[in-house]
Amino acid sequence: MNALHIKPGSSAHSAYDLRSNLDERQERHTIAVLVDNEAGVLARVIGLFSARGYNIDSLTVAEVDHRSHLSRITVVTTGTPEVIDQIKAQLSRMVCVHDVHDLTVEAPHVERELALVKVAGKGQDRVEAMRLSEVFRARVVDTTLESFVFEVSGTSEKIDAFIELMRPLGLVNIARTGIVAITRGPGKLEKRQD
Amino acid sequence: MAETLTGAEIVIRALRDQGVDTVFGYPGGAVLPIYDEIFKQNDIRHILVRHEQGAAHAAEGYARSTGRPGVVLVTSGPGATNAVTGLTDALMDSIPIVVLTGQVPTFMIGNDAFQEADTVGITRPCTKHNWLVKDTDQLGDIIHKAFHVATSGRPGPVLIDIPKDVQFATGTYHGPRPSDFWSYNPRRKGDPERIAQAVALIEAAERPVFYTGGGVINSGPEASRLLRELVEATGFPITSTLMGLGAYPASGRHWLGMLGMHGTYEANMAMHGCDVMICVGARFDDRITGRLDAFSPGSRKIHIDIDPSSINKVVRVDVPILGDVAEVLREMIALWRERGGRTRADAVAAWWQQIEAWKAVDCLRYKPSDRIIKPQYAIQRLEALTRGMDRYVCTEVGQHQMWAAQFMGFEEPNRWMTSGGLGTMGYGVPASIGVQIAHPDALVINVAGEASFLMTMQEMGTAVQYRLPVKQFILNNERLGMVRQWQELLHGERYAHSWSEALPDFVKLAEAFGCKGIRCDNPADLDDAIAEMLAHPGPVIFDCVVEKHENCFPMIPSGKAHNEMLLGEASTQGAIDAGGAVLV
Repeated sequence: MNALHIKPGSSAHSAYDLRSNLDERQERHTIAVLVDNEAGVLARVIGLFSARGYNIDSLTVAEVDHRSHLSRITVVTTGTPEVIDQIKAQLSRMVCVHDVHDLTVEAPHVERELALVKVAGKGQDRVEAMRLSEVFRARVVDTTLESFVFEVSGTSEKIDAFIELMRPLGLVNIARTGIVAITRGPGKLEKRQD
Repeated sequence: MAETLTGAEIVIRALRDQGVDTVFGYPGGAVLPIYDEIFKQNDIRHILVRHEQGAAHAAEGYARSTGRPGVVLVTSGPGATNAVTGLTDALMDSIPIVVLTGQVPTFMIGNDAFQEADTVGITRPCTKHNWLVKDTDQLGDIIHKAFHVATSGRPGPVLIDIPKDVQFATGTYHGPRPSDFWSYNPRRKGDPERIAQAVALIEAAERPVFYTGGGVINSGPEASRLLRELVEATGFPITSTLMGLGAYPASGRHWLGMLGMHGTYEANMAMHGCDVMICVGARFDDRITGRLDAFSPGSRKIHIDIDPSSINKVVRVDVPILGDVAEVLREMIALWRERGGRTRADAVAAWWQQIEAWKAVDCLRYKPSDRIIKPQYAIQRLEALTRGMDRYVCTEVGQHQMWAAQFMGFEEPNRWMTSGGLGTMGYGVPASIGVQIAHPDALVINVAGEASFLMTMQEMGTAVQYRLPVKQFILNNERLGMVRQWQELLHGERYAHSWSEALPDFVKLAEAFGCKGIRCDNPADLDDAIAEMLAHPGPVIFDCVVEKHENCFPMIPSGKAHNEMLLGEASTQGAIDAGGAVLV
């Protein structure tokens, strides 16, 4: 079970949480959905979540198979075990969905997020930002005499921590990708039969 | 073999290749090229409706009564938005319809062009799937895929939005593809291990009940046949949802009547007291379950459904079986017979004794009258005078719908067309037209309320134009009866806007449309009046003037359990508390 504890105010709160009593059985799951990359497919998936009142903590999408036009959506969601099961069932019955995998229960997996962080400053703050970026193994992808753009990747917690450290050092803007995830080991996810 | 055709030609060719014989539609600027092609051929009959909502409901009536998809053709903008209620209705009740909409030319999309609407955006949540076709080369395949999606798995409505320039342009057309060509192919066979668990539960059941729904009808006539076989062989009692009526015959020995909010006492008490519930193609809707934490508390539950999201959505079940009803029932019967065809016959006999005691309550009784027509009496007479005929019954939504479900008996599937999930007033008139188109020689009756009838009555023009002898049987209480009943029970008898004032004279209205009108307000004349309606070869509007303040019982008040039914007027005091009032 993956238990990342993202601080309130970062990304744990969906705009579409319609349920009032968030009990302790709330679980956080990372779900990979393979879909036809057709017009409106993202709207379909997001529409499902909003219409049925499910949470979206993070969502990323990109085409992963250019020949057969398949995109992989990685969605991180929170809910009771019953709601998580419903989300997977609702996703899997969609016409544009080829496959649904709940990485949280199906296999050990790695989750990563990438962020671009712009920090502006001079003097001691600038030196300190540079020093800390090395601790976090962030790369400098743009620089001027008074700014850096750092590229940092890792778990969401690591990125949260990096951003918190940059805040007093002249943080200007943040762009984050949201979480992508993949199973560990040589295996490929087989199409689910349930 | 590939051919080069215009988009409009491809539409007609693809429909013909899908075996479509009828299209319900309404022309407009953005579909004119397709109408031009319709004009040039005779294979596909176009039925001109009077409103696009009517086209969608007529297609639903066609689909529900034949098992084949209904087809709709409407224009862009308002044509498409008017069809939205029908799409949502079909989605809620899992009815396969294919809706073709015109769209402004691709190069004008997004410019707020005349009669432009974001049709795929608007209909995305109310279709099973939809497509905007931007390339004539893809049009044929998309139409064929749309039929495949509408009819496979859990059926539902699909929509294809076709810009006008795509209709004019030429493209390549392939014929239909085999079903495994498409990536969408829901599984049909049930998991053998789960089927074995279900059979073991059936063998050990002491107080079993079959709870069946529209999924049996949707699975096809074979599913109804297998269900009947299993019910007869096991001797278990069976009840059904509103959507599933007719899958098991109402005259069958094991029939308990419909269950749920206005279901019979015996059906609901059997659901509450059973130890094994066999749910076949039903989805534990809130009209069925009543208060969830008191729903059938002592039972082990088997659930057969083709839609994975229906399983464990509302009620957690012990043995979920994902698959097509007919496929699963066939496997289940075979395995049960192979293992000896055993049931706990003694225990089941005792269970039947208990059920007979519940039946003796006679929950559908009402106070008869020789002065005014009781709505229940009207339905009973309609039933008695049409029983045994080649009959199809549609309804609108409200009290009359529940009385029709309670008092009419359905012996076969696909004979009962009603808006269950969405509860669409105005459904019945156009649906009856769709049914009559598919079954020109059958008796098609729409049991209506006067308020529902007024919502889509313009379709009587369609009925007259195509000489469709549909019988509109209106229970006229000059009230929105179900709303009035809820206001009486829940809102301190404050009857806000629940009466029908300034009603038309329905006989004159019928004559204005060019059909026959009959009015009856005396119970003594009712049989003759119904006979007159049945004898008339054309469409009839029957204004049956009934008791204004009759309530529909039995009733499970919202927020209550199956064993807390109201049986009649005497028991309604304080029946619904504040918690229940919040529910719909």
